[in-house]
Amino acid sequence: MSEAIAYYPGCSGLGTSKEYDASTRAVCAKVGLSLVDVPDWSCCGSTPAHTTDHTLSAALSARNLQLVADMGMKLAVTPCPSCLTNLRTANHRMEKAAFAEKANRLLDEPYSGGVNAQSVLQALVETVGLDALKAAVRTPLAGLKVACYYGCIMNRPPELMAFDDCENPMAMDNVLAAMGAEIVPFPLKVECCGASYGIPRGDIVARLAGKLLEAATLAGADMVAVACPLCQMNLDLRQGQVNRALGASYRIPVPYFTQLMGVALNIADADIGFDKLNVDPRPVLSKALTGAQ
Amino acid sequence: MRIGVFVCHCGSNIEGTVDTAVVARTSLDFPEVVYATDTMYACSEPGQDGIIQAIKEKHLTGVVVASCTPRMHEPTFRRAVERAGLNRFMFEMANIREHVSWIGKDREANTNKSVDLVRIAVEKLRRDAPLSPSKFSINKRVMIIGGGVAGIQAALDCADGGLEVVLVERESTIGGKMAKLDKTFPTVDCSSCILGPKMVDVAQHDKITLHAYSEVDSIGGYVGNFQVKVKKRATYVDWTLCTGCGACMEKCPSKKNPDKFNEKIGPTTSINIPFPQAIPKKAVIDPTTCRQFVKGKCGVCAKVCPTGAIRYDMADEIVTEDVGAIVAATGYDLFDIRKIPEYGAGRYPDVITSLAYERLLSASGPTGGHVKRPSDGKEPKNVVFIQCVGSRDKSLDRPYCSGFCCMYTAKQAILTKDHIPDSQSYVFYMDIRSPGKMYDEFTRRAMEEYGARYIRGRVAMVYPKGDKMIVRGADTLAGTQVEVEADLVVLAAGAEAAVGAPQLAEKLRISYDRYGFFMESHPKLKPVETNTAGVYLAGSCQGPKDIPQSVGQGSAAAAKVLALFSKDQLESDPQISRVDIKRCVGCGKCIMTCPFQAIKEVEFRGQKKAEVIETVCQGCGICTSTCPQGAIQLSHFTDNQILAEVNALCQS
Amino acid sequence: MNIINFTRDCDEDFVHRVEEESGQNVSLCYQCGNCTAGCPYTFAYDIPVSQIMRLVQAGQKKTVLSSKSIWLCATCESCTTRCPNNIDVACIMDVLRHMARREGLAAVPQVKTFWDAFLNSVRAHGRVFELGLTVEYVAKTGRFWTDMDLAPKIFPKGKLALKAHDIQGKEHVARIFERFERESNS
Repeated sequence: MSEAIAYYPGCSGLGTSKEYDASTRAVCAKVGLSLVDVPDWSCCGSTPAHTTDHTLSAALSARNLQLVADMGMKLAVTPCPSCLTNLRTANHRMEKAAFAEKANRLLDEPYSGGVNAQSVLQALVETVGLDALKAAVRTPLAGLKVACYYGCIMNRPPELMAFDDCENPMAMDNVLAAMGAEIVPFPLKVECCGASYGIPRGDIVARLAGKLLEAATLAGADMVAVACPLCQMNLDLRQGQVNRALGASYRIPVPYFTQLMGVALNIADADIGFDKLNVDPRPVLSKALTGAQ
Repeated sequence: MRIGVFVCHCGSNIEGTVDTAVVARTSLDFPEVVYATDTMYACSEPGQDGIIQAIKEKHLTGVVVASCTPRMHEPTFRRAVERAGLNRFMFEMANIREHVSWIGKDREANTNKSVDLVRIAVEKLRRDAPLSPSKFSINKRVMIIGGGVAGIQAALDCADGGLEVVLVERESTIGGKMAKLDKTFPTVDCSSCILGPKMVDVAQHDKITLHAYSEVDSIGGYVGNFQVKVKKRATYVDWTLCTGCGACMEKCPSKKNPDKFNEKIGPTTSINIPFPQAIPKKAVIDPTTCRQFVKGKCGVCAKVCPTGAIRYDMADEIVTEDVGAIVAATGYDLFDIRKIPEYGAGRYPDVITSLAYERLLSASGPTGGHVKRPSDGKEPKNVVFIQCVGSRDKSLDRPYCSGFCCMYTAKQAILTKDHIPDSQSYVFYMDIRSPGKMYDEFTRRAMEEYGARYIRGRVAMVYPKGDKMIVRGADTLAGTQVEVEADLVVLAAGAEAAVGAPQLAEKLRISYDRYGFFMESHPKLKPVETNTAGVYLAGSCQGPKDIPQSVGQGSAAAAKVLALFSKDQLESDPQISRVDIKRCVGCGKCIMTCPFQAIKEVEFRGQKKAEVIETVCQGCGICTSTCPQGAIQLSHFTDNQILAEVNALCQS
Repeated sequence: MNIINFTRDCDEDFVHRVEEESGQNVSLCYQCGNCTAGCPYTFAYDIPVSQIMRLVQAGQKKTVLSSKSIWLCATCESCTTRCPNNIDVACIMDVLRHMARREGLAAVPQVKTFWDAFLNSVRAHGRVFELGLTVEYVAKTGRFWTDMDLAPKIFPKGKLALKAHDIQGKEHVARIFERFERESNS
């Protein structure tokens, strides 16, 4: 088991992306990444906070960074890229004394600095390592063609997120390849899916998610693997809305990459949570796996 | 001594923030100063005449001028005092412009500082000794490094001027980048047709020695007397026997190697003549791909060569050339387009550089001049050209403009229409830079007569969709995002310093900028000279430029060499180090620390001593700080002089 | 069309404010359009992002802060990542949103309503109560049918809690908002 790392689940992990949280926890436990929940963590503020005010946004995130510091730790991992960018941005901006002073005035406990955050994907690749992941595979995903979609903010801007190539990231590709899957070249890896516009402007999401589903289909993918609750929701849950808006008939499963890892690592079905997704990946999955035998 | 001090107003440049009259008056109190005055423009004719007159009337034996930087006018004033009958080194300058008046507006503080600077100049002058330069003979041969169009022009002009020329070229053929071009703007002349005759002239000129497939290994010596070691790399073919017939290329079984001359579009054989008009037209074996070298089994070329020219056991050879001047004409290379991942270069075969596209257009290229997509060999209909790829881009650390891409892109759009009449070219640009003669008319022709669609905006990404490449850009004039479904994407990659340029610069002991381009002596007035005597520049090695500019600089460099060689002897600068043999203990530390290898060990009455090679010493003074005995001193900047300056400053 | 009199109509204070709050030098922008080229939301905007940059350079405060574009930008960072002059364009868009809010301008009201509802939920519970957020949004916009089609896909799978998960420190979070309001009004 690795040394314990602080785990910041993010708000959607309790609701609309429950299965992402469950499969993440199960995969990490399986490969020796010991996650400890940040006690009584609060919302980082996500997009609504940073579009309202940067000091407010930093304070909401910094409350959690200080909770991590209170745990005696310097690093938190989170599965949600939006949480990730807010935590990292808060830490970065509060390195400047003038800004830190303003943000700390809003907090009960001021943030002492020095806590950073990284994605679960980064922790899997850098702390566990591809070799160890490959060695843990029990059911290789042979015959499954996967397009890896990273979403717009996990790797951008590169100076802030500091992980993987910002135009053609390969971390997820490498992890799922280690799981035995066949990764198809996907040209829109970092193109935005519509983010949080699902409710106020569903037409925008329909168009952007539609382009991504089209590209995945052209690439010959059986599934699109994702690493972000909003991307997953926009491409999967809203796939019906996309079809209606564009006159299309997509029926592509969009599992979280941790769910696919769960299959390869023989994790219990309840923890993988395929039944929680809109387009069920199981038929496509078993067809691909049996076809490969 | 009888010292005269002249404090210059420099119009309002100095007088605006320094009270020059006060400076002059105060300096009369300094030891041995017998005359002081302020003057409007010391460097002007009346100014200089004033100095000369004062020397004669007041019987001055030394002069201090307080004015601009010595880099500006030290030679001017030295010549002036020499005209008045003094030794030119009985002269000092105090820089009260760049070091005082130009950096602050506090008149009182500036005046005080100027007084201090004159004080220390006087102390230095009191300890100056007259110095005379030595003369040395020069070798009237010139080496030109780089056989592109700039180097070729320089070689021909020098040779026609009667000089012996050694031309060193890294590739197996001369011609440089110009030899890779299909046509040239704005005349759409065939590049090989206009360059070819010059290349042949070089090969046949009795005064030009050509070392192709060679590199400069090391350079010793100084202006007029350089010894250059040239490494002639092994070609594994005896070029005295090779006729360039090409039989070896036809039969070579190793056919799938990246073709460097053709910008890696299409494969080539391990034994290779780059193109039909190559000069020298001789074959070269690439030992990294040749089966005889890699596997030890083949030998086909040796069997088919009609003159038996193949030599698998050839080794690199070092040749020493003694020359009096060197011209660097090493050209440029292209920005690595793989550094822009959003354009997909390196991942998608139909995204290529402009130079690779030239090879596709060229009749002597890998496709015989038929424009074909590298992916499937089909003729493209929609060709998208993207300008400013790795130029004008701070985020890639390439903020400069490469100067010729707007022009060659227009040319390529025009040629595309000629080659494929039903094609449509798109050019994404930020600005059109076409300043030369007939240049703007040429770019307008591409738009007005050849139907090229010019879109003002950059491209954000290029990605495949089916068998097309989607180019997503902006049209800022129409105010929106645009997409083009391209069959082929051509990137106008920026020009960079040639690979290996900084290393060569260090051998030549010339400066280079942060991008590797060689530094000229003065950006406006001395574009082909360097700060190293005897080394000149020509062409894109100094900064990206087009063919007429490169040719012009080639001729300019030749003119500088011919001027240098117009005398039989050159004067050496006497501001160099000298060893006091009585104090020298022969430790050799100065020999080790001299960056120019200008000090040698000699024997004097059975003891080791150091001796300065007068003509190589550059007067940097490193040896004087190194010497534990104070035995080696820099003339005109002795330890005593420097200490006197420090004393004067501290005690004022 | 909006004719600009450059002598009189450029709000220099606005430009300085934008630069100060975003930490960016807008003079670095040479209007290449790379941001617009990569922006996936251009199709929905009224003013493309490179023109927003141009209007900021020209001090056209009212035009910029009244635009719909700034409310439709998702801060996806395509622009910032690719700008050849290293300008953080997404940050400037954020700052323009802040300024529009302070001036009471919101050209796409339902986006503001959604974001406000989200923050209200965080303020009340410490974490987002997704159902509560949707209810507030629907109530304030009157868009009753919002995502009704998704309900059968979520509720049976237990993915949308019917009650909020209040955290113990929810008062701490509420105090962050209170203090922020006080500081903004002072």
